[in-house]
Amino acid sequence: MELLLRNGFVYDPVNGVKGDRMDIAIKDGKIVDCVNESKAEVLDVTSMVVMPGGVDIHSHIAGSEVNTGRLIRPEDHFRDCERKTAVTRSGVGHSVPSTFTTGYRYARMGYTTVMNPSMSPLEAKHTHEELNDTPIIDKATYPLLGDWWFTLEYVKNGDLKGLARHVAWMINCTKGYAVKIVNPGGLEAWGFGNNVHSLDDQVPRFSTTPREIIRGLCKANQLLNLPHTIHVHTNNLGMPGNYVTALETMQCVEDLATDDKPVIHITHCQFSAFKGEDWRTFESGSEEIANYVNCHSHVTVDMGQVIFADTTTMTADGPFQYNLYRLTGHKWANHDVETETTAGIVPFRYRRKNYVHATQWAIGLELALLIRDPWKVFMTTDHPNAGPFTAYPRIIAWLMSKKAREATMKRINPHAARRGLLGSIDRELDFSEIAIATRAGQAKALGLRNKGHLGAGADADIAVYDVNPETTDPSREYRTVRKALRRAAYTIKGGQTVAKSGEIVASPDGSTFWLDVKTAEPAEVGEEMKAKFRDYWTVEYENYPVPEHYLSVSQPITVKAGV
Amino acid sequence: MTTLTPLRRFTFPILAECISPDNFTGKTCKEAGRLNVWEGNKEKKLSDLFKIAESEPETATITIQGDVSKVRRIGANMKTGAILINGNTGSHLGEEMRGGRIIVCGNVGGWAGSMMRNGVIEIHGDAGDYLGAPYRGSTQAMRGGEIVVHGNVGNEAGCHMKGGVIKVHGSAGQFIGFHMSDGTVYVEKDCQSRIGACMTSGKIIVGGVLESVLPTFTIDCIRPKVKVGDEEAVEGPFYVFLGDIVEEGDGKLYVRKEKNPHLSHFEKLL
Repeated sequence: MELLLRNGFVYDPVNGVKGDRMDIAIKDGKIVDCVNESKAEVLDVTSMVVMPGGVDIHSHIAGSEVNTGRLIRPEDHFRDCERKTAVTRSGVGHSVPSTFTTGYRYARMGYTTVMNPSMSPLEAKHTHEELNDTPIIDKATYPLLGDWWFTLEYVKNGDLKGLARHVAWMINCTKGYAVKIVNPGGLEAWGFGNNVHSLDDQVPRFSTTPREIIRGLCKANQLLNLPHTIHVHTNNLGMPGNYVTALETMQCVEDLATDDKPVIHITHCQFSAFKGEDWRTFESGSEEIANYVNCHSHVTVDMGQVIFADTTTMTADGPFQYNLYRLTGHKWANHDVETETTAGIVPFRYRRKNYVHATQWAIGLELALLIRDPWKVFMTTDHPNAGPFTAYPRIIAWLMSKKAREATMKRINPHAARRGLLGSIDRELDFSEIAIATRAGQAKALGLRNKGHLGAGADADIAVYDVNPETTDPSREYRTVRKALRRAAYTIKGGQTVAKSGEIVASPDGSTFWLDVKTAEPAEVGEEMKAKFRDYWTVEYENYPVPEHYLSVSQPITVKAGV
Repeated sequence: MTTLTPLRRFTFPILAECISPDNFTGKTCKEAGRLNVWEGNKEKKLSDLFKIAESEPETATITIQGDVSKVRRIGANMKTGAILINGNTGSHLGEEMRGGRIIVCGNVGGWAGSMMRNGVIEIHGDAGDYLGAPYRGSTQAMRGGEIVVHGNVGNEAGCHMKGGVIKVHGSAGQFIGFHMSDGTVYVEKDCQSRIGACMTSGKIIVGGVLESVLPTFTIDCIRPKVKVGDEEAVEGPFYVFLGDIVEEGDGKLYVRKEKNPHLSHFEKLL
């Protein structure tokens, strides 16, 4: 099967292509240098933007948490229904769409790879079942290892190699892709109704600290040569004054960085960039975070951009969700996942006229605009925590156009608009920088070599948007850009056209990536640990791992560990 | 005035939010007949299900003659005009209604006046559960307008209510005014238990026998009469309870003293 995209404006930052008119040739699901033009199917994409397929580093699309979100929010489905077509299934959901709809909506916007960032290891099978049912897009999932009892024990004993081998075993066992750390130490404490409030607080019963957990897992991550860094949701998330915690978290692994390579990813950084002593003195701490990130190369962040909409917050950070429930009085689901982690879900509406919400909206954009290097800050909404992923075109419009930002600022809380930095920022991103923030940078941070670029050998995941960068000025005509990004003219996944003018025309299965970490000696699963499974888990050790045949399209990536 | 008569006895649920004076204004019978409705999983035209006749085209009134108990969402989102239904009606009548008037001479299914903002619904029969309540899971319930039921109502009437008035001239089921934060619910006759659970503000009046008052309500005083809406007042005397304390609420629950001697032990707490 050969395909030729003719004469588009190509944005491929990895290969240094910035809007040149080029043809892109595809053969057998890969990008190649040339194809036989007489045989190949030709798509004329003259005066359209051609980019690699979108990559989302952090989006809660599957798992028990997301599913509980679906269960407690019938009103979220009620106003957003999709009918089935000849190729698609029906589905519902605005902030927590059903699995099939998730795949279709991403593909419609030109996204082809999505990372599910929070999976309790115990519920790995459920997560993979849902990922199997999420069509078109490629995906992977990160197991939560920051409050896992064995991690805490290895960290307490200072056994780094043992920790690394154990992490390798857990990643194989859960078919995961990266090490996710959520409120390190805090979730273990939450199991007993407490929390930790700084990097040096003691984790109850484990005589260790969040700092030691982060450093331990960061070192283990390096020993194992994992493609992505540790993926950290900081302590004190969503609390005024937490930008200090975020800075300390980044600083605590500063000495572990070698050759300018990132060693830590701070996710949904907007929620960790709050300044002020309480909600009354609340303000943006984006400048301090951005200054730090600008001066250091060991850290990447993603935005977690707030969208003014009714959404569903869901994180593994149980204590944070409890605070949110106390704040809103809305319904709340709480889950203590045995010895592993916790979870909480609270519906939430971000309101334009609310000072705090409007400031949060500004913080996300400030981070993206103040951090100069687009390879360090990626576009996300932490779907669905700060807003549904379907709002990405709106965020791109805000990033590309000061006029778009001003139009929204006129409608938000005037106090927030006056007090924030955003009004004074003139920077406008171009298509090339958008391509980095939405695909190339994210693929690089994830270590996905065949994604996020259009060089020969890359996966043929391509998004074509019907907007002419020569005649359209995104700064003024941001509405045109936004409209084009909402419905990709063509989305090509693995060389197959899956969406055309925003309509799904084919619904193939996407692959699930996972790391097959090869350690020199296999991780020891001793009798003692097996006995603990019997004592502390509801699942027997033998039933715990996810076998490979559980994944409908399994794509293992072999990693040779240095331990 | 447009008159709709069912062409047959319906067996499948029908979604007909198009039956509203706003949609019918300026349309001839033929044009109105082309409006879309769903019967089960089939999309149909209104004229496939109803005989449509027109008289006095200048008045924005729709009259439905016959049993439409399978037809849901009649008058959804309506802003002006009137709907008169001579027969039983299905669920979600006048959902998110913003104005106008609906009169039903018959019984009504669940969720009548769900999420309504304004207007009047008058039911000369019984109403089902969730009168004036929001959609399942939502907190966006009735915010204004008036619902008058001359018969009985089911459970959870006025659930999550944020404004407006519900008057029930018959009896009511359980959980009346569940989670309500404003507005008034008046039940002329008897009421089952768990009334006002989780309410934070607003007013519930029971004119008949109330099985029991939740333990999270505390007696405040005895009042000779109470206002229902802006004009009407009901003569008492009434016990006045405040609650729901677990929600730190200051909702008022009025219970007629003479009909509820089993609550007289509260008097010694005054």
